[in-house]
Amino acid sequence: MEYYLIISTLMFFIGIYGFITRKNMIAILISLELILNAVEINFAVFNRYLFPGRFEGMFFTLFGIAITAAETAVALAIIINAYRTIGNIDIENLSKMKE
Amino acid sequence: MDPIVNLIIFICVGVASLVLSFLAASSKSLLRSATYLLLVLICTAGFYLFLNYHFLAAVQISVYAGGVVMLFIFAIFLTSNKGDLLQKHETGKYVAGALTALGGIAVTAFALLKHHFIYGSNATIKGDQEINMKVIGETLMGTEKYQYLLPFEALSLLLLACIIGGILIARKR
Amino acid sequence: MEYSLWIIATPFVLFLVLGLLGTKLKPNVAGIIGTLGMTLCTVLAYAIAYQYFFQIGKTGEEWTKIIPLNFEWLRFTKQLHIDLGILLDPISVMMLVVITTVSLMVHLYSLGYMKGETGFQRYYSLLSLFSFSMLGLVIATNIFQMYIFWELVGVSSYSLIGFYYTKPLAVAASKKAFIVTRFADLGFLIGILILSFYTKTFDFNLLTSDQAQLVTTSFAGGTFMGLSIAAWAMALIFMGGAGKSAMFPLHIWLPDAMEGPTPVSALIHAATMVVAGVYLVARLFPIYAFATPEVLEMIAFVGAFTALFAAVIAITQTDIKRVLAFSTISQIAYMMVALGVSKYGGHEGLGYMASMFHLFTHAFFKALLFLGAGSVIHAIHSNEVDEMGGLHKYMKVTSITFLIACLAIAGIWPFSGFFSKDEILAAAFHHQPIIFWTLWVVAGLTAFYMFRLYFCIFWNGEHKYDDHHKPHESPWPMALPLIILALFSVFTGFIPFADFVSSDNIPFSTHIDPVVAALSIVVALIGIGIAFVLYFKSSKKPAEMAQSLGIFYQAALHKFYIDEVWMWITQTVVFRHICEPIKWFDRHIVDGSMNGLAWITQKSSASVKGLQSGQVQFYAWIFVAGSILIAALALFL
Repeated sequence: MEYYLIISTLMFFIGIYGFITRKNMIAILISLELILNAVEINFAVFNRYLFPGRFEGMFFTLFGIAITAAETAVALAIIINAYRTIGNIDIENLSKMKE
Repeated sequence: MDPIVNLIIFICVGVASLVLSFLAASSKSLLRSATYLLLVLICTAGFYLFLNYHFLAAVQISVYAGGVVMLFIFAIFLTSNKGDLLQKHETGKYVAGALTALGGIAVTAFALLKHHFIYGSNATIKGDQEINMKVIGETLMGTEKYQYLLPFEALSLLLLACIIGGILIARKR
Repeated sequence: MEYSLWIIATPFVLFLVLGLLGTKLKPNVAGIIGTLGMTLCTVLAYAIAYQYFFQIGKTGEEWTKIIPLNFEWLRFTKQLHIDLGILLDPISVMMLVVITTVSLMVHLYSLGYMKGETGFQRYYSLLSLFSFSMLGLVIATNIFQMYIFWELVGVSSYSLIGFYYTKPLAVAASKKAFIVTRFADLGFLIGILILSFYTKTFDFNLLTSDQAQLVTTSFAGGTFMGLSIAAWAMALIFMGGAGKSAMFPLHIWLPDAMEGPTPVSALIHAATMVVAGVYLVARLFPIYAFATPEVLEMIAFVGAFTALFAAVIAITQTDIKRVLAFSTISQIAYMMVALGVSKYGGHEGLGYMASMFHLFTHAFFKALLFLGAGSVIHAIHSNEVDEMGGLHKYMKVTSITFLIACLAIAGIWPFSGFFSKDEILAAAFHHQPIIFWTLWVVAGLTAFYMFRLYFCIFWNGEHKYDDHHKPHESPWPMALPLIILALFSVFTGFIPFADFVSSDNIPFSTHIDPVVAALSIVVALIGIGIAFVLYFKSSKKPAEMAQSLGIFYQAALHKFYIDEVWMWITQTVVFRHICEPIKWFDRHIVDGSMNGLAWITQKSSASVKGLQSGQVQFYAWIFVAGSILIAALALFL
């Protein structure tokens, strides 16, 4: 089980690293997906190994996936809108909410 | 399946997922980044299969790989100009990010390895521990304890809101 | 007696109406409204006096205190509350009569005197405010109400002295008056606080009833720097009275206050406000008499000294109004002396009665003197005695009324001043020979300087006036009050005052002490005689006299340099050695610490504001790094 956890930890911090260092907003969003993915793996693993008779972790993962999908959709909509407004999607150019 | 083969496959998938996620987080081309993400998600689905969560793996592939990554790719196409690579931050930021990540890894790994987990009763993984669809369906739609109708409905509402929000935000003015 | 409320409500309403709508009204209309309102007040005051003295005031042998109205105004705690109310007893009713009468005369007189001045309406509204506050002062039921109106009086006096606010002298005088009296009022306030702290009440009735038992018992034995605390409290309260009544050494504001319009001087600085201090002491007289006789003794000596001092200065002054001002100081000091030498009850309380009597008569003849002086000034357009002379030919009414007032203040039978002054002298005679002889000398001096003034203005040979600027008799609104007040000055002396006012509110009978009366008339006649010799015809004799007196004359001319002493005290001692260090402390320590705080805040915000960049990634980094740090701390510590 520790192997799963180590993998998810590494994935999580790779996501963090990406989140901090990337400039493009879509790239940041991809890093965010990595982070969420790592968390979901954790849910599933803990459920399987520590409480095998129950389903909570699994359902959390399920809901997490759904929420991630929704969030991604909205975020991308925002990014596209921003792109239309200011012409690129680098995070540094987005310091103003309203143009 | 033979445990050794099992282990080898697990190690392969694990290493692949890590490498791919690192590439996804640092690739210079956005499109490649998205592709690496897709592969990472598929690897994750592989983990779910290892854990005998077949339904979860299916959802992972169909929603994530099929839906979310598709969205990403469309967004990339819509927002990127031809042939441009990703802008780089100054080095300080990379160092800061790397240090943070390494520090976090160190702390978490330390906690993880030091902690002694108490395993559940039948923790060994066997083929017959697959959760069947009937149970999943009943759990999702039931109103008893440990059943999830309310979150399910809330989630569906959230999705609806997201759809409307997405349309509103992204539509042309 | 509920209608007595109207007597103070009327001037207040007038003040509001004239003050707020004054500019909308024609000056004359405003003046007439003010005068009519004051007439109403006067009628009310006489009605109250009649009702009080002849119908309801007396139960058995004693004048009772009637409180037709009293309500709680501000309640702070169960014990500490400030009431407003109306207290009628012989002295307050008497004061009502005096104030409204003089005020009405002044209102009427001002119609002529102030004609055509800018700010006519403002003048009348301020007069109303003054009347309101003065009336409120005399009918106060408790010492704090008195203090409130006391300050109101101070404010309205301030604004009336500075009525000609374009004249720097007037502005300086008004400031001086305000600051000096304010300084004295500080003592008053502290005194009130000490007194009420020990007795737990502000109420006059409780404080003074039963031979001031409350005060004598509640202070039980506390001493401070050799004097009992009660004595300190009462001395401080007297300090407030001394400030308003211009006792030495707080008298310096009154001569300067003559920069105000002359009718104002007549009303405020001769007849009403300046006697507030006397009234205050009279109001608290049982406390002084029983609890702190040593303070009463002090009052007597302060008064005697002030009387002599002011009389000497008055001889040398050449500004007609200043002579009158110093004469006022001297006469008020007379009243203070009378209170100081008085005892409580029966014939022993002669001084108290005499003081109130003198207050009553003095108000009329001094107002008359001021109004007469105003009439002269109106005719000549100058205050200086040197520019007058021989006016008797031109201004018959003024001349005769002025003469009556002079006779009254000099104490010649049968004018009113004779009776009241005689009572004071008699009271002093029985009490303290030194004080008596001082007062006796002062009486002579008074006669001398008043007649010096009279002869200088109205006789003293022939003075050349411009042809087109001939002095003329004043118009009737000015002449009428002069005549009325002259009548008062002649006849008020015959009122059997002891039947109405006495220290223990029980009537007693007085008789004229032949020795004292003879002495006082003799000295007055001597004073008049000298004045006649020196000043009736213009001559060089006064100048030679002044020459021979040398330094003494110079000192008196400069008011014994008291102003300079005060200036030295305030400028050199207070400003340089107390205010400068405090200023330094304020600038560098107080302001410095505040500025330092501001500076630190500014600097730190300047260094922090870089963090608020709007860069989400930076925030996220801080957040993650922080979480890791906390996790690490939780793990390893």
